[in-house]
Amino acid sequence: MSDLAPELDNFQQKIDDEQRIEPKDWMPEKYRLNLIRQMSQHAHSEVIGMQPEGNWISSAPSLYRKIVLLSKVQDEAGHGLYLYSATETLGISRAEMNSRLQSGESKYASIFNYPSLTWADVGAIGWLVDGAAIVNQVSLQRTSYGPYARAMIRICKEESFHQRQGYDIMVKLAEGSKEQREMAQDAINRWWWPSLMMFGPHDSDSVNSQQSMKWKIKRQSNDDLRQKFVDQTVQQTEILKLELPDPDLKWNEERQHYDFGEIDWDEFYQVIKGNGHCNRDRIKHHVSAHEEGAWVRDAMTAYAEKKAQRKEVA
Amino acid sequence: MTEPSNLSTYVLRLADDAMVLGQRISEWTSNSPNLEEDIANSNVALDYLGRARMLYAYAATMLNTTEDELAFMRDARQYTNLLMHELPKGDYAFSTVRQFFIDSFDVLYFEQLVNSSDAQLAAIAAKTLKECRYHVRRSRDLMVRLGDGTEESHTRMQTALNELWGYRHELFMDDELETELQQQGIAITRTDLQQAWDAAINDCLAEATLSIPETDWTVTGGRAGVHSEHLGHMLDDMQCLHRSYPGVTW
Ligand SMILES: [Fe+2]
Ligand SMILES: [Fe+2]
Ligand SMILES: [Fe+2]
Repeated sequence: MSDLAPELDNFQQKIDDEQRIEPKDWMPEKYRLNLIRQMSQHAHSEVIGMQPEGNWISSAPSLYRKIVLLSKVQDEAGHGLYLYSATETLGISRAEMNSRLQSGESKYASIFNYPSLTWADVGAIGWLVDGAAIVNQVSLQRTSYGPYARAMIRICKEESFHQRQGYDIMVKLAEGSKEQREMAQDAINRWWWPSLMMFGPHDSDSVNSQQSMKWKIKRQSNDDLRQKFVDQTVQQTEILKLELPDPDLKWNEERQHYDFGEIDWDEFYQVIKGNGHCNRDRIKHHVSAHEEGAWVRDAMTAYAEKKAQRKEVA
Repeated sequence: MTEPSNLSTYVLRLADDAMVLGQRISEWTSNSPNLEEDIANSNVALDYLGRARMLYAYAATMLNTTEDELAFMRDARQYTNLLMHELPKGDYAFSTVRQFFIDSFDVLYFEQLVNSSDAQLAAIAAKTLKECRYHVRRSRDLMVRLGDGTEESHTRMQTALNELWGYRHELFMDDELETELQQQGIAITRTDLQQAWDAAINDCLAEATLSIPETDWTVTGGRAGVHSEHLGHMLDDMQCLHRSYPGVTW
C-alpha cells in the first residue's frame, strides 16, 4: 500500500490540476474498474438504445421522418463503437464487454426497458431521453480519462441533432390534429419520469458518486444534472402547450430553479431488477443478432487469415 | 393527380426500386453481425431512401402530388419495382448477393443515365452514381470474403446465389414504354448492359470461389405490379401509420 503512495499522490495531483489521464499512465486499479463499468455501460446504452427507436424505422409516417430516424439510430451505433474502442484502452476486449452485456453482468440505461408504443414515443425519446443524455454527456466532456472525454466531445456534436429531431417531431404533433396532440401528451406522460431517473439515485443514495467525483470521472452530481434538465425542459414543454405529468412542478424564485415532485424510486429499482416490459426483449434481440451474425464474423476472420497466409507463401 | 406520362411512369419505377430496397436494407439496422456492418447497412439504406425521395419528388411535380402520397398511398399492385428489390432480407448471404447484383447493375445503369436528355434525371443519376460506386466496392468485397471464408459461409453464399439467380433477367428487360423513352434519349437500353454485368459477376464469382448456378429460371412481373407475396406485407407495415391518420402532417 505504502509503496503506491507517491504514484497515487501524483495521480490525484494530475486530476486536481485538470490534466487528463491517458491509457499508458499509471492509474489505481479501482479507477480503471470504475471506468470500465461506467464506459461499457454507456456503450451498451447506445447500442441497446437503438432498439426502441429502431422499432419505428420500418413504419415511420413520412419519407423524411424515416430518413432522419434511420440516421439518428445509425449515429447511436457509431457512439457505441467509439465508446467500446475507448473502453478497450483500459484493457478489456469488445467481445468480453459484449458477453457481460448479454449475461446481465453489465448494465445499460434502464430507460430502454420501457416500450416505444406510438410514433410520438420517437419524438419523446429524442427530446427527453437524448436530452437527458446530453446534459450528462456535456458534463463528461471534462471527465478525467482522456479517451472517454474525447469520445464525449465527438458524441455531443451529434446528440444535439438527436434532441432537435425529437423535439421537432413533438412540435409537429403538438401543432397537428387532436389525435396527434393526444399521442404527444401520452408519450410525455410515459417518458417524463423515466427520463428523470436516467440521472440516477439522489446523491445521498448514490454508491459510486463520491469517489467518482474525487477522481473526476463524474464532474457534476446526479441531482445537479437532473435539476439542469428539468429547468431546460419546462420551457420547451410550454412552447408545445403540452404538460409535464407532475403537479408539484413550479418555479422557485428563491432557488431560481423549478421544484419538482419526488421520483418513484421503487419503479426505478423494479425496472433495473428486471420488471420492465422490455428487459428480456432487448437482450434477446441483441443475442439473436449476435448469434445470427456469428458465421459472418467467423468467415471474415477466416478470410483474413487465408489472405495473410497466401501472402506469406507468395 | 395529373394523368401519368411515360416520363412520370419511368421515374416512378426507379423510385419504387430504390424505395423497397432501401426499406429492406434498413431492416438490418440493429440486426447486423457487428456494429461496423450495422453502420454500413444504415448508410446504404439511407442512400437508397434518399434516392427514392428525389425520384418521388420529381415524379410528384409531374403528377401534381407529393412524394409521400406516392410512397405511402399506392398499393402493392401499383408498385412497379423489379422483383429482386422487394425480396425479404434473408440471411446476410442473401442480402449480400442481392446487393452485389443490384450494385453491379446500378453502376452500369447510372453511368449511362447521367447522359439522359432529361436534365433532372441526369442530375439525380450523377448523385446516385457516386453512391453506387461506393456500394459495389463494399458488396463485392463482402462477396469475396464470405464466398471464400468458411465452409458454412461458402455454402450460404452459394445457396443465396441459386435463390436469386432467376430474378436477374428482369433487370435487362426493356418494355415498350422504356423503349420509347430510349428513342428520346431519356432512358437507358437495359439489354445493352447484360454483357458487362455478366462479366462483372463472373469475375467476382471466380474470386469468391462461387459458381454460376447450374439451373436457370426466370420470374418477372414487377413492372406490371405482379409481385411476390412479400411486398404486400412490407407495404402494410411501411404504410400503416401514414394511412391511419389521413391528411395530417408529421
Ligand atoms: Fe444516446
Ligand atoms: Fe448517442
Ligand atoms: Fe442520441
